[in-house]
Amino acid sequence: VSLSGEIAIAGVYEHPTRWAPDKTEAQIIAESARGALDEAGLTLDDVDALFTAGMSAAPMGVISLAEYLNLKPRYVDGTNIGGSSFVAHVNHAAAAIHAGLAEVALIVYGSTAASNAFAIGTGGRAGGDPVSAFTSPYGVTTVGGYALVARLHMERYGTTSEQLAQIAVAARHHASLNPVAKMRQEITVEDVLGSRIISDPLHLLDCCIISDGGGALVVTSAERARDLARPVVTVQGMGEAVWHQELGQPDLLTIAARQSSEHAFHMAGLTPDDVDLAMIYDSFTITVLVTLENLGFCKPGEGGAFVEDGRIRLGGALPVNLDGGGLSSNHPGMRGIFLVIEAVRQLRGECGPRQVEGAQRALVHGTGGLLGTMHSGATLILQGA
Amino acid sequence: MAKEIEYRSPAFDWETRAFWEGCGREELVLQRCRECKTVQHRPRALCVSCFSDSIEHFVASGRGTVHTYTVTEQNQAPPFRECLPYVLAYVELDEGPRLLTNVVGCEPASVRIGMPVQVEFVATGDGLGVPRFRPA
Repeated sequence: VSLSGEIAIAGVYEHPTRWAPDKTEAQIIAESARGALDEAGLTLDDVDALFTAGMSAAPMGVISLAEYLNLKPRYVDGTNIGGSSFVAHVNHAAAAIHAGLAEVALIVYGSTAASNAFAIGTGGRAGGDPVSAFTSPYGVTTVGGYALVARLHMERYGTTSEQLAQIAVAARHHASLNPVAKMRQEITVEDVLGSRIISDPLHLLDCCIISDGGGALVVTSAERARDLARPVVTVQGMGEAVWHQELGQPDLLTIAARQSSEHAFHMAGLTPDDVDLAMIYDSFTITVLVTLENLGFCKPGEGGAFVEDGRIRLGGALPVNLDGGGLSSNHPGMRGIFLVIEAVRQLRGECGPRQVEGAQRALVHGTGGLLGTMHSGATLILQGA
Repeated sequence: MAKEIEYRSPAFDWETRAFWEGCGREELVLQRCRECKTVQHRPRALCVSCFSDSIEHFVASGRGTVHTYTVTEQNQAPPFRECLPYVLAYVELDEGPRLLTNVVGCEPASVRIGMPVQVEFVATGDGLGVPRFRPA
């Protein structure tokens, strides 16, 4: 039984806030849910499945959220595999809807990381449990985990800081075309290389920003979506994967994206050549580079050359992160939901000056956790009407 | 000169206790399956390659090379914020496993991938310790 093409994303909403000291996380979630349901032509009464994940949420956060929204869904999922969670939630919602366990799934996220001054990237990880005892003594920051990957990539393949910087420059260019992006002033490669080192070889401008924000997705059957308000965007392929230190010998340059995208492309019956744009989790510039390789857009080691010369900019062969990404638009801690929202809006042709002309298929890939220690990957291949 | 990172006594359970007690004796203790001979790290109660319960511990050489590293310049969390810059690295042991660790005893800027290193131990009290590495 193939799910390909049977499930649709019928409503999306990205909360425009980037700084919300006057809002709670639940409020951002509720405002986002209202936006996504409104544009789909649905109401809370139609929702029978609820999905969420958060950095500050209690283990039973999905119940607390259901209470806030006064929902009694018949299907819930609080899977938390880091920032990719919401991409994986689409996968899980599709399975539930296809199995007849739900009809209308609401996937939501909200965070006030910036106004709470939460140091996402450079806070310590001082875990006091027997598992993290093997990593936490040594001062592993989020940036540090990815920097280990960047250093190895440079050593093995000759990748340069200039090549990584091109990813930040392209993201900022796209953000300059997005009225709600947090950082909109164009930057150059020299600006990136001239910004201070956070964890060598990653500079400040190789790192995503920290913002507040939130968003929502409404997922239902393609059949039902055709009767709703928005152009139908269907899910053609999906996959997820969790990677870790194995028995102690992880290959840091082969990441979960390889496994999750193989499943997604196989399910869709497509290849990377069939994709018009990609939304790729950009916690750091290196994340995009190794993800492009592992998704099969280029061979291992060729990521540096791939991102040079404007290929990933609007107008290039594979525009990436058209909203400006976490590097320039927003990053409240777990960015996966925004990847899906922008991909859907691109496929509907709603993106104005940053629209990829004639976009028919988009690849979404979320990475959660730390590439250098343990992480997750979730891939979607979406198609417009 | 930055302060050295002060290691706290590691949290352990009975599956990982032999590793940390080994560090207290200045021995780097790894696990090997008696049945299929697979070396595994972090320690587990059983071999997850063949599910055998027959696990033995052995003392590794403590020698290895830097697999990859980063010089951390920013970390707001105590105790690390007083210890910048410090080197976070994966060291590949001669026996195979790669340990996430710190490299000390040299200028951070002098660390290179492939550099030979040797384990050393910092006692944390309670007969336990934390391993880190310095140039061999």
